[in-house]
Amino acid sequence: MTIETITKKSTLNIQKLRQDFPILSKKVNGKPLVYFDNGATTQKPKQVIDAINNYYQTQNANIHRGVHQLSIDVTIAYENARTTVQKHLNAALSQEIIFTSGTTESINLVANSFGKKYIKSGDEIIISEMEHHSNILPWQILCEEKGAVLKVIPINEKGELLIDEYKKLLCDKTKIVAVTHISNTLGTINPLKKIIALAHEKNIPVLIDGAQALPHIKVDLQDLGADFYCFGGHKIFGPSGVGILYGKEKWLNEMPPYKVGGGTIKTVTFEKTTYADLPLKFEAGTPNIEGGIGLAAAIDYVNEIGLENIGAYECELLEYATAKLSGIEGLRIIGTAKEKASVISFVIEEVHPLDIGTILDKQGIAVRTGHHCTQPLMQHFGIPGTIRASLVFYNTKEEIDILVNGIKKAIKMLK
Amino acid sequence: MSIAEIENEIVEEFELFGDDWEGKYEHLIDLGKHLPLIEKQYKTDERLIKGCQSKVWLRSILKDEKIFFSADSDAIITKGIVALMIRVISGHTADEIINAQLEFINKIGLMEHLSPTRSNGLVSMIKQMKLDALAYKQ
Repeated sequence: MTIETITKKSTLNIQKLRQDFPILSKKVNGKPLVYFDNGATTQKPKQVIDAINNYYQTQNANIHRGVHQLSIDVTIAYENARTTVQKHLNAALSQEIIFTSGTTESINLVANSFGKKYIKSGDEIIISEMEHHSNILPWQILCEEKGAVLKVIPINEKGELLIDEYKKLLCDKTKIVAVTHISNTLGTINPLKKIIALAHEKNIPVLIDGAQALPHIKVDLQDLGADFYCFGGHKIFGPSGVGILYGKEKWLNEMPPYKVGGGTIKTVTFEKTTYADLPLKFEAGTPNIEGGIGLAAAIDYVNEIGLENIGAYECELLEYATAKLSGIEGLRIIGTAKEKASVISFVIEEVHPLDIGTILDKQGIAVRTGHHCTQPLMQHFGIPGTIRASLVFYNTKEEIDILVNGIKKAIKMLK
Repeated sequence: MSIAEIENEIVEEFELFGDDWEGKYEHLIDLGKHLPLIEKQYKTDERLIKGCQSKVWLRSILKDEKIFFSADSDAIITKGIVALMIRVISGHTADEIINAQLEFINKIGLMEHLSPTRSNGLVSMIKQMKLDALAYKQ
């Protein structure tokens, strides 16, 4: 988080906000649920659940081209959802917002479509050492298919990208840069403006994996200047199975369709098909309509609380959790970047992360253990995996205390 | 004792804990400490069963028509579960092992470790034990 957000004291009524999330009052293994697996998926407020419920009870019809009232109404609702996303991200145009099934599909779409058109043998694609497998594998496959080369920006011991090394990698052969906004394992917030500016100096487009950023920080795409930005609905308190690909209009217009089928065309004959304009060109088949509507409800919900308020409060949580966890003997935090979101990975001397996770689960505490789909990062730190507590605004300091006591108990049992 | 009899013995042993998860897991951890350890020279990659998170090394030998297992894991709870599996299966004939139902896992409330995507690779381990038995049979 930035210094400005740290100095701003949070004023949120967390107990009241928690009541919006039915699942948070659930008991797990006989204990009140402490949910610290938000990096994997966030819980849903009743505003989102109601929106989905309402869709099936009162709105359900197929969108686009329908002549009947239900279809017309739901088309409007779905397109309004697109506009909600556009405004939230401050994208210039609503047709730059493509609905996908999630971050993974968004990245795959670009790797396939952009790759088909622009990547050839000997070209280079830059990613970073802290990428989620979803932002490695599509590029790796593309490189294998085209005979291109994958270049990797290294990190320092704090888990920060080495920008000087990145500068050295950028060259005439570089065709695209794909990096994460916030590391799902380390919590590092990358200096995107610098990364994008350096690439743009050489006219190289940049794709940002924003999966972990949306629930924590305000993203202004026109200010950032990213060429592509990807995220999934379920990580921002919305439904799963829906996500967004933002792409600058000029790229999306030039790129060929990725999946094709109903809805993506202007005219079809057996000899030749002409494709629809944006965004429909990239939205084949009946989409996840309730997902889009639910995602818009989630964005509205977050904006009602205010991302500045959320940021300030999460900063307090991060600071508190870091201090408390650091007090546990033998515990080492992996990822200590200066700019960091409320994601804390750690390892404990002589204890396997899986064992800790299992004993925490018995105490009603949900964390994630393992490599977090970032195996190259684990190799960098020379560890088999970490225990990760990823916090959002509905988490509390009391819950962090429960986690700390839970870990102490686990260590006592396991050692 | 037959495999089924050992399974019953374990079920009775765990029934004593009732709802006491701590007792149950402490017992598992303790069992893990008494696992018949695989000798270091056999702890090779080819004997590694890849679960998602914890590693398990498994070795079997045939002696007087019976199959004996030794193992190790880098996670202690996984080690406890492996120890239970070995206690049930080790020392039986190939046919007995292939036909073992292994219902005790469910009965002692460790089913959560059995889901195919679960990270400790218990499913892969059971499969490997049965594959070993099958190999000795041929």
